[in-house]
Amino acid sequence: MPVFYGTEIASPLMLGTAQYPSPADLSRAFQRSGAGVATVSLRREAAGGDGSGFWDIVRGLDIPLLPNTAGCHSAREAVTTAHMARDLFDTRWIKLEVIGHPDTLQPDPFGLVDAARILTDDGFQVFPYTTEDGILAGRLLDAGCEVLMPWGAPIGTGLGLNNPYGLRTLRGQFPDVPMVIDAGLGLPSQASQAMEMGFDAVLLNTAVARAGDPPAMAEAFAHALTAGRLARAADPMEPRDMAVPSTPVLGLAVLQ
Amino acid sequence: MTDATILGAGVAGLTVAHELVSRGLSVQVIDPAGPPGPKACSWWAGGMLAPFCEGETAPDPVSRLGLGAADWWQAAGACVTRAGTLVVALDRDRAELARFARRTDGHRTLDATALAALEPDLADRVSQALYVPDEAHLAPRAALDHLHQSLTVRGVRIAGQGRVTGRLIDCRGLAARDRLPELRGVRGEMAILRAPGIRLSRPVRLLHPRHPLYIVPRGDGVYMLGATQIESDGRGPATLRSVMELLGAAYALHPAWAEAEVLEIGADARPAFPDNLPRVLERDGRTHVNGLFRHGFLLAPALARMTADLLTTGALPELA
Repeated sequence: MPVFYGTEIASPLMLGTAQYPSPADLSRAFQRSGAGVATVSLRREAAGGDGSGFWDIVRGLDIPLLPNTAGCHSAREAVTTAHMARDLFDTRWIKLEVIGHPDTLQPDPFGLVDAARILTDDGFQVFPYTTEDGILAGRLLDAGCEVLMPWGAPIGTGLGLNNPYGLRTLRGQFPDVPMVIDAGLGLPSQASQAMEMGFDAVLLNTAVARAGDPPAMAEAFAHALTAGRLARAADPMEPRDMAVPSTPVLGLAVLQ
Repeated sequence: MTDATILGAGVAGLTVAHELVSRGLSVQVIDPAGPPGPKACSWWAGGMLAPFCEGETAPDPVSRLGLGAADWWQAAGACVTRAGTLVVALDRDRAELARFARRTDGHRTLDATALAALEPDLADRVSQALYVPDEAHLAPRAALDHLHQSLTVRGVRIAGQGRVTGRLIDCRGLAARDRLPELRGVRGEMAILRAPGIRLSRPVRLLHPRHPLYIVPRGDGVYMLGATQIESDGRGPATLRSVMELLGAAYALHPAWAEAEVLEIGADARPAFPDNLPRVLERDGRTHVNGLFRHGFLLAPALARMTADLLTTGALPELA
């Protein structure tokens, strides 16, 4: 199972806690999937109140929490939000999101590296939400990140792995860095694909929370991740152009 | 001496009071905030009686419990408009409309011509809509005021404090967390606008992947725009971001909203249980009616009936 900053998690499924029809559905989705990490966004929830009823439910999941800086558009904002998260959830983990464009929600690579450096120097263990860009990945590692979270597709789109070539290259470039496909997944088959490509985990929210039956969809993702992880470990065959019969054709009995 | 004492003069408390009085029981209502007003979260409600549309996200019993709401309010003398609901999405977000249609009942699809006949102002803004004919809406503050008057006429007082007599029925909403720790607040923010340049005759729900919006006509060119849904107990003023999102979504639907006057911006937290379903439950010698979440005016009549059944027959009713 994946190890992030020395902590082994129980499942490669990292699940968000927003947008569920009800907190009861949220709890059931986590139970049925056995998700290993719960991500929490605190910007809006913290605004104007302590949000304690909802936080109690999230803490009650009893798995590691990964607070995020969702919705932050600058390094400074993200750093402030990270400090709030550390106080509220008593964890050094922070999923760092610095959004570069309000429509595509794609990461701002420059702000991301700045914020990652500031937070790492301050003792945080940073999970940066990044693109599949290998140069950017290198800078984030230089800044002290020990985990990378490249996107599959823009947040909330459900488009799956938009650039399999780029993701495969990134995986190959940094084979020993734990990597999580974060954002853009819509279907369990896409999560399988990520695991087959050698990623360590996936992080998703909308695909489960906005499904008609969130607990069932969460379980489907858990199965898909198991399938992808086993397939990867089992050393899949190489695709080839030549058709090869799986049953030998020589030596058939002549039935005349 | 009364048969029952009701704590809380929001939509839950007043509907329960009204239902009990209608069945011949004597009641008193106690609320430190006095008659219905801005301290009750129902003061800030949308007032949509929309059992079908709410089924998009609400669990099954919500739709069923809400089916009789419009009849109840009308019988109670409140002004109910039965003009259905219109569900629309901007053309970019057509997939949202398909999802909504799959997950709800009671609607039919309108093409551009049929939509133009129903709401001419939306005709050139969206090319497709869902129409839910058997839904209704009311003006929440007028409805609460009406219940208050009607109770007063029948000799029921709303006192700031008093001695509990008879059965104790706790309808305090989020304030009842001292006895119902599983309750949580779900914050909602809304705006009231006067928009003479726009004419809508029925609630319009705009489906949007980020900023869903509903618009409820209040008459005389006044509209209620709502509502955010944030997991927070905070009851403080609306945030700039929330207001911008609500008003921005309205503006995207129709640019004529730009000239609207902002009459009011409000916010409050709605009481909800973890499954977002309401409850009539007995605990420690009192009857709780709570957890109406975003469905106050839709569900209060069914809960009031259940409470009255409980008091008259002694049997705790099943929610489903």
